[in-house]
Amino acid sequence: MAARLSGGENRLVSLPLSRIRVIMKSSPEVSSINQDALFLTAKATELFVQYLAAYSYKHGKGKEKNALTYSDLSHTAEECETFQFLADILPKKILASKYLKMLEKEKQDGDVGEGDEEDEEEEDEDEAVADVGS
Amino acid sequence: MAERPEDLNLPNAVITRIIKEALPDGVNISKEARSAISRAASVFVLYATSCANNFAMKGKRKTLNAGDVLSAMEEMEFQRFVAPLKESLEVYRREQKGKKEARKDKDKKADSEEQDKSREEENDDDDERMDEEEQNDEEEVDN
Repeated sequence: MAARLSGGENRLVSLPLSRIRVIMKSSPEVSSINQDALFLTAKATELFVQYLAAYSYKHGKGKEKNALTYSDLSHTAEECETFQFLADILPKKILASKYLKMLEKEKQDGDVGEGDEEDEEEEDEDEAVADVGS
Repeated sequence: MAERPEDLNLPNAVITRIIKEALPDGVNISKEARSAISRAASVFVLYATSCANNFAMKGKRKTLNAGDVLSAMEEMEFQRFVAPLKESLEVYRREQKGKKEARKDKDKKADSEEQDKSREEENDDDDERMDEEEQNDEEEVDN
């Protein structure tokens, strides 16, 4: 609330434009952004946050407990096409025990020749799961 | 610019406030859900920027403008945002114009319709110049 009172610019958009600009400029191909485009991106991000939260709550299981949970979000990323671009950063969480069982099954099912390639993929997945916990 | 990875995060307090506005009162938002949405928002900015940039490149322009961002929303299947965004932009432009005029009125106390028109053009020039200056600054830093 304090932010709203202090500056006129903060009334229309609550996210800091300076930070949005930093994120936009972190993309190497972008050379410059005019003020309207910056404002619109900030505003669009707010709408996006609200849409993602509302959609995930409406279609998620946390609703039963009056809560919005991580799995509601990862479920949205997996199920809703519009939110598919989030699938990589919102991976579905699985139990370590389940994961180990999956690995075992893969080993049993997999052919002998593909050993190296599979190992690499497994490592990637491992990292993704670890990231979520942090 | 973005020197540390944290520089790409959006402020948690603001994100939480925005999430709460979208949910019924009393809904609990887990800490994990908050940080996940925050990350998703940063990715959204990058995705939108990259889409908008494609439109700018198609138009052979170096500076991203409002039309590029709106086209990006359509392409990303967030058409539902376009109408509210246009409305907000109208208000924003009016506000910015009002501010600039207030600032100029302080310097000069002359007022006529014709001058108003020339001011608008001046303002547009200002914006472009600002962007160019910033670009130059960056190049200096990079070197």
